[in-house]
Amino acid sequence: MAFKFDEGAPVLEIKDLNLSYWTRAGEIPAVIDFSLTVHKGESIGLVGESGCGKSTVAMAIMQYMGSNGTIKSGSIKFKGVELTELNEEELRHLRGKHISMIYQEPFAALNPSLTLGNQLKEVLITHEDLSGAEAYDRAVQMLTDVRLPDPERVMAAYPHQISGGQQQRVVIAMGLMSSPSLLLLDEPTTALDVTVEAGITKLIAEISRKFGTSQIYISHNLGLILEVCDRVFVMYSGEVVEEGTINSLFTWPKHPYTHGLFGCIPLPTADKNASPLQPIPGQLPLPHERPPGCNFGPRCDFFQDGRCDRGVVGMDSVTGTSATDHRVRCVRWTEIDYGAEVAHGEAKQPMEFGDTVLEVDNMQKYYEVHDRSIAAIISGESVKFVKANEAINFSAREGETVAIVGESGCGKSTFAKVLMGLETATEGAVRHEGKDIAEIPVRERDPKQIGKLQMVFQNPFDTLNPSHTVGGQIARVIKKFGVEQDKDKIRDRVMKLLDIVKLPRDFYYRRPRQLSGGQKQRIGIARAFAGNPSMVIADEPVSALDVSVAAAVTELLMEIQREHKTTLLFISHDLSVVRYLADRIVVMYLGQIMERGTTTEIFDPPYHPYTEALLSAVPIADPEVTKREILLEGNLPSVLNPPKGCPFSTRCPRKIGKICDEDRPPVQMASEGHAIACHIPLEELRRVEPVIRVPQEDERVHVKEASA
Amino acid sequence: MANSTTTTLPAQTTGAALMRALKSFALLRESWVGMFGAGIILLWALMAIFAPLLAPYEPNATLLAYQRPPWWPGMEVAEGTPTFLLGTDHVGRDILSRIVYGSQTVLIYAPLATFCAYAVGILMGLAAGYYRGWVDDVLSRIADIILSFPVLVLYVIIIATFGASPVNIVVAIIFASSPGIMRIVRGLVLDLRNRDYVAAAQTRGESSWRIMLVEILPNARGPLIVDACLRLGYVIITIGVLGFLGLGMPPPDPDWGGMVNETRQIALAFPHMTLFPCIAISSLILGFNLLADGLREISLRD
Repeated sequence: MAFKFDEGAPVLEIKDLNLSYWTRAGEIPAVIDFSLTVHKGESIGLVGESGCGKSTVAMAIMQYMGSNGTIKSGSIKFKGVELTELNEEELRHLRGKHISMIYQEPFAALNPSLTLGNQLKEVLITHEDLSGAEAYDRAVQMLTDVRLPDPERVMAAYPHQISGGQQQRVVIAMGLMSSPSLLLLDEPTTALDVTVEAGITKLIAEISRKFGTSQIYISHNLGLILEVCDRVFVMYSGEVVEEGTINSLFTWPKHPYTHGLFGCIPLPTADKNASPLQPIPGQLPLPHERPPGCNFGPRCDFFQDGRCDRGVVGMDSVTGTSATDHRVRCVRWTEIDYGAEVAHGEAKQPMEFGDTVLEVDNMQKYYEVHDRSIAAIISGESVKFVKANEAINFSAREGETVAIVGESGCGKSTFAKVLMGLETATEGAVRHEGKDIAEIPVRERDPKQIGKLQMVFQNPFDTLNPSHTVGGQIARVIKKFGVEQDKDKIRDRVMKLLDIVKLPRDFYYRRPRQLSGGQKQRIGIARAFAGNPSMVIADEPVSALDVSVAAAVTELLMEIQREHKTTLLFISHDLSVVRYLADRIVVMYLGQIMERGTTTEIFDPPYHPYTEALLSAVPIADPEVTKREILLEGNLPSVLNPPKGCPFSTRCPRKIGKICDEDRPPVQMASEGHAIACHIPLEELRRVEPVIRVPQEDERVHVKEASA
Repeated sequence: MANSTTTTLPAQTTGAALMRALKSFALLRESWVGMFGAGIILLWALMAIFAPLLAPYEPNATLLAYQRPPWWPGMEVAEGTPTFLLGTDHVGRDILSRIVYGSQTVLIYAPLATFCAYAVGILMGLAAGYYRGWVDDVLSRIADIILSFPVLVLYVIIIATFGASPVNIVVAIIFASSPGIMRIVRGLVLDLRNRDYVAAAQTRGESSWRIMLVEILPNARGPLIVDACLRLGYVIITIGVLGFLGLGMPPPDPDWGGMVNETRQIALAFPHMTLFPCIAISSLILGFNLLADGLREISLRD
């Protein structure tokens, strides 16, 4: 099958595209008035919150809309060929050969019952009629290009035999196999750890340079888009609200929504006391309840009656300043002066910390793993220990926020389980309000004590029981902890808790499925605060939420904390969120504490080499912030067989020699309370350059322009 | 504010419950298969409830000294003898009345047996899936052993040993079907126990049984309701088969399986005597199967 490609035409040209889905409720416009041009070798970013239509655009490009989706009008031209007019047979030759797509979950994209080699070769055998041997050679070459060590072994392996980051590299290799002109990436790193994500992001950025492949990169993370793309499209409720080059859009965001998004991300300039996050008020409108005029109108601070709610708002080219090739869908963009408005939320007084609420003293948690194979029984090694937590030491005071940071498998969730009494510690002490609870399971704890130590869970869709009403679930907690016994008093207390988390009182009668993700998480917070806790553990409470919702929930959590002087133990993998809200940080790796100290101590040298790598891996949505690049090689070692010496020795870029492999690193005190577990002498660590450099306010481009 | 909400609480909850019930029924209306099934079941249920009004004759009374075929228009009958819509059986009892009264037996004992089997199966499945470990091992092996017997042989052994009575039939059905129910529940619990709301209940120190019954079980109800409808159909078959084997309800009370059994040797000469009870059994089973299909269709849609 030969397509008549026009090599002079842009790789992809979408004009005035309108897409709709048909549901039982009728026609739902999913994408409205969408235009996009991708040139050869260009990387385009599509950003937006869930439900904004960004994935629908990708599906439309693949012409894979499902049975209920239709293209209402507009054209999608790939190198001059109109995709909307192709039949199934022609599309089959196009997909995978000329346009490839990479999905979010690498494990779901690979077939578990075929070797990776067979899956890679299949692309070439189907699309290019190559023989098996030729395809094998090309596949090995491609695996080398995506920087997979030992490609021959990977070819013979099954998907489950390699790590998640390696799987995603294989998926990218598969996408590139037949040298497509266009690569669609739908949140390709969301399921991966930060340090792994950094490697994949770098690879994706290299690809367009090396192979001349154009890319459309879909993500909710503005920081990632900044690192990989040339141009960015911001979508809101089915429309592009702003598009421009990375520099122009990130430096001079013109649309109030884009501007609002930047106010929701914990950038290095945000501070929980001096300049807190500014959540966007309101909620994304449902597709069939979009307002007239500007979709963002009802949530916009600059909304003007009679102008913003009239007619169709078109895209307008931004002129003036240094903005080039920058368009915005706003009738008032020339009038809005963001500098004149209060740039940040209201400043607050820093909290004063009280007495010690939690004290963790040399806590250890080992799991026994029984190997029941005959070989293991004969060799006498049938019992192995998984050291989930090893020598955990730290304390937290009243009103303080302590963050535990680490990637998957670092033991942070196990630690939370021990605190909550779902597991008991193997060794050591955990003192909560002076009482050692390390070895008391939750069932033997006093209800009052349980109520004093509560938890906010990660997944908003899982945290509430779908079978019971919201009010009933909170009421149960109040009764269980013995806060109130009388029925009316319990209900009053539930109502007060709903007030505290800023939800209407009639949510009492609602069921969880009638709530949005952010609202569910608010109920989760209300439930945790029902027993007047002195300490709340928050396990990634906002990681599954959209940016603007996450900002609102984060601010709410901190406001309640401030009011109740609660100690917050914040578990996260995201250093930018942690930097924003934590007073002290504990960095964990493979069950051990690598570094602990105040937030400034962690973010400034001396660093533990692992902290350094973590800091470098976090994408920052600010083009003027510079970062030192540190990429980690290799995979996380297995917890069943950890390195003998320093747990980080297998991946450490600053490894000094044999001592790292063989001896446990000493805990060095850089200052009182700032501990680093490393063999490298402190003096040497102190000489390390800072990883992140934030420009002073007067060095910033937009400030300079304004004053010039 | 607080007072006004306090006063509206009871009205809101009962009202909401009623609305939900109406809504689920409205949902069923979208599946004509399910509606058809529900219609058949409703018809039989009404027949069982109003049996004394609907049945033209006493079900156990011998009314004629000879057999009579079903009635047709223009049928010639001896002067002074009554009309029998579905004819009479080998001893001259009215088949229609026996079928109408027989529906009472089926519609009381089949749901009762299914309900009891579910109670046992759910408790076993909850314990096996929630506790895992040796509890799961023991319960699952017991279930495997029971399930490895041919079901019919199992019924025959139990009833032949303890005698044919309604209670023994129910006990036999509980014994034979609860392992299957246990397996379904166990599978659902294995998935549901990992949800955060279960962890939340554990971290506030709830007892294991409260977590199983209040937090986990209500969320497993969807698949269980569909399975219950199908299983009711199987139990009706079982009761029919037991009746046919002579292990059902003791005579002379009408029992559909028993009616087939009593007349099967003269079925070639008088097909109506076996045919009508058979139609009764299969229509009721069909009703439950269609209802299950409809419920599944709805649950998949939303």
